[in-house]
Amino acid sequence: MTHWIIAPVILPALVAPFIVLAARYHIGIQRVFSVVGVLALIAVAAGLAWQASDGTVTLYQLGDWAAPFGIVLVGDRLSTMMVLLTAVLGLFVLLYAIGSGWDDRGRHFHALFQFQLMGIMGAFLTGDLFNLFVFFEVLLIASYGLMIHAGGNDRLRAGVQYVLFNLIGSTLFLFALGAIYAETGTLNMADLAERVRLITPEETVGIRVAAVLLLLVFAIKAALVPLHFWLPSSYAEAPAPVAALFAIMTKVGAYAIIRVYTLIFSPDLEVTQGLHDVWLLPAALVSLAIGMIGVLAARKLDRLVAFSVIGSMGMVMISIALFTPEGIAAALYYIIHSTLAGATLFLIVDLVRCSRADLQLTSQAPMAGAALTAGLFFAGAIAMAGLPPLSGFLGKLLVLNAAFDTDLVVWIWAVVLTSSLISILGFARAGSILFWKAHSVAPPEDETPLPRPAPLSYVAVGGLVALLGLHTVFAGVVHGYATTMARDLFAPGAYIETVVGTPGKLSKPDTDKAADKEDH
Amino acid sequence: MELLVASAIGILTAGGLYLLLRLRTFPVILGISLLTYAVNVFLFASGRLTIGAPPILRDDITRYADPLPQALVLTAIVISFGMTAVVVMIGLGAYLGSDDDHVDDQPEADADTSEGRP
Repeated sequence: MTHWIIAPVILPALVAPFIVLAARYHIGIQRVFSVVGVLALIAVAAGLAWQASDGTVTLYQLGDWAAPFGIVLVGDRLSTMMVLLTAVLGLFVLLYAIGSGWDDRGRHFHALFQFQLMGIMGAFLTGDLFNLFVFFEVLLIASYGLMIHAGGNDRLRAGVQYVLFNLIGSTLFLFALGAIYAETGTLNMADLAERVRLITPEETVGIRVAAVLLLLVFAIKAALVPLHFWLPSSYAEAPAPVAALFAIMTKVGAYAIIRVYTLIFSPDLEVTQGLHDVWLLPAALVSLAIGMIGVLAARKLDRLVAFSVIGSMGMVMISIALFTPEGIAAALYYIIHSTLAGATLFLIVDLVRCSRADLQLTSQAPMAGAALTAGLFFAGAIAMAGLPPLSGFLGKLLVLNAAFDTDLVVWIWAVVLTSSLISILGFARAGSILFWKAHSVAPPEDETPLPRPAPLSYVAVGGLVALLGLHTVFAGVVHGYATTMARDLFAPGAYIETVVGTPGKLSKPDTDKAADKEDH
Repeated sequence: MELLVASAIGILTAGGLYLLLRLRTFPVILGISLLTYAVNVFLFASGRLTIGAPPILRDDITRYADPLPQALVLTAIVISFGMTAVVVMIGLGAYLGSDDDHVDDQPEADADTSEGRP
């Protein structure tokens, strides 16, 4: 048993306290350690993803306890891919935070950032539902600190909403876990998958409640309408690098839905009848519509981007709610795209904020570095709105294609295509007000011009845009891999067999007991 | 005892939900505390209600309490305690900073003069 699979959790968990304890007053040392930590994380994540790419499911039994009794970490194609995505996103966000000086505007940015990464990595890797709850709390408590980083009243008020909403979500999660444990007597995902299958249709009342509660919890994380109310002001008021990192947090919810509702509550079970098609899909369609209408209606640039994130989560959830291998494959492709595009846009918002009086969508004098910022905004907006040639367009095509054979094809196509048009209008309006109309406004004489963003900021944003470009160029490869992942998810035999079948301490209580009796 | 525990969880949850729907920070935090009490008792009950039974399995014992929910409750108590402390601090900061402890977004000052209103 190699220990590499726990490295993405352990590494940030060691770097963060070191930064707090040893480098507390030295921002330079903090930066070096944080960047080196994230680089090492990328190397480990790439290694794990490469190891899992041939279909190997890596199991890590903590304390060597066998699966249903001990906590396990599981690395398969999906979880290692998400870990790699998080690490890569983390690097660019960190570079931006350093370049723009955000990390120096309050204390402990780098330590909280590492703890945040630790929580996200753990949530992706764990194979135990209660452990998933614990890692959710780790990533949430780090995100509370990051959310109010650098202080300010608006940020604190948005922070209160964010924390309260997530506390309610955590409480619901515990209710769901209690119900699941009462019904099945286990919380290990693979073990649950086997036991939920054994429940007869007449006895599904309790487990059905648990399935719906769990879906609500993950939908809060994924900001699915009508559980999205925490997102716009939290993301708009959070420091820009933090908002960009939060782009992966909504995907944690989407990942949890994909994992739990293919492995445990798979669509062919009696327990989940009506859950996907009656509840999840309409909610996803409404999310997409509300998100994109919000893009058109927003009066401030940061709210506009926050609503576009809700819209793109709606697109992801539409694709997931189909619960076909094609749908999940399209969702996985779109998840990568949406993470990168959302993060890019949040960072661009900060580039604009840096050299403009405020973020209101009103005509103001041209800002410093407008040409480069405008170019990046153009690329980010094209990606998010789903226009060719960037990956949003391909992702949208995949979603439309996956929805083609379903009963609701008319609804899905109508909402996706109409909302695309609305979002294009919204982004075009924002871009033209920010960058074009500025030329018709004379700059005020007596004001000193606001500073131009730092070069490293542009490097970070440019890097994310380049990744979007790569995601487009290698779309065939990525989608092929996503299809393999989706096929794995719908044939979880290898996953379950690896988790439950691997021996460890206490794995065979009968033989242990027999041996005990012989000893007596 | 089942009736007592079940109704206690129900009353705590109902009270928590009612307080959760209030507008100001303090009742909402109290509501969340009530909800976490309810969920802690609920987690206990998920391992079946037993009185005076040992949580450790030995050879001559046939009736025992499930130890796992007790461990889960311990984790849940610690986490919810810490989280409540965090939200109290952030809520206090927001209240002292803006002299207003509403949880929801208040309409912006310029909203009254916007289009469509006199």
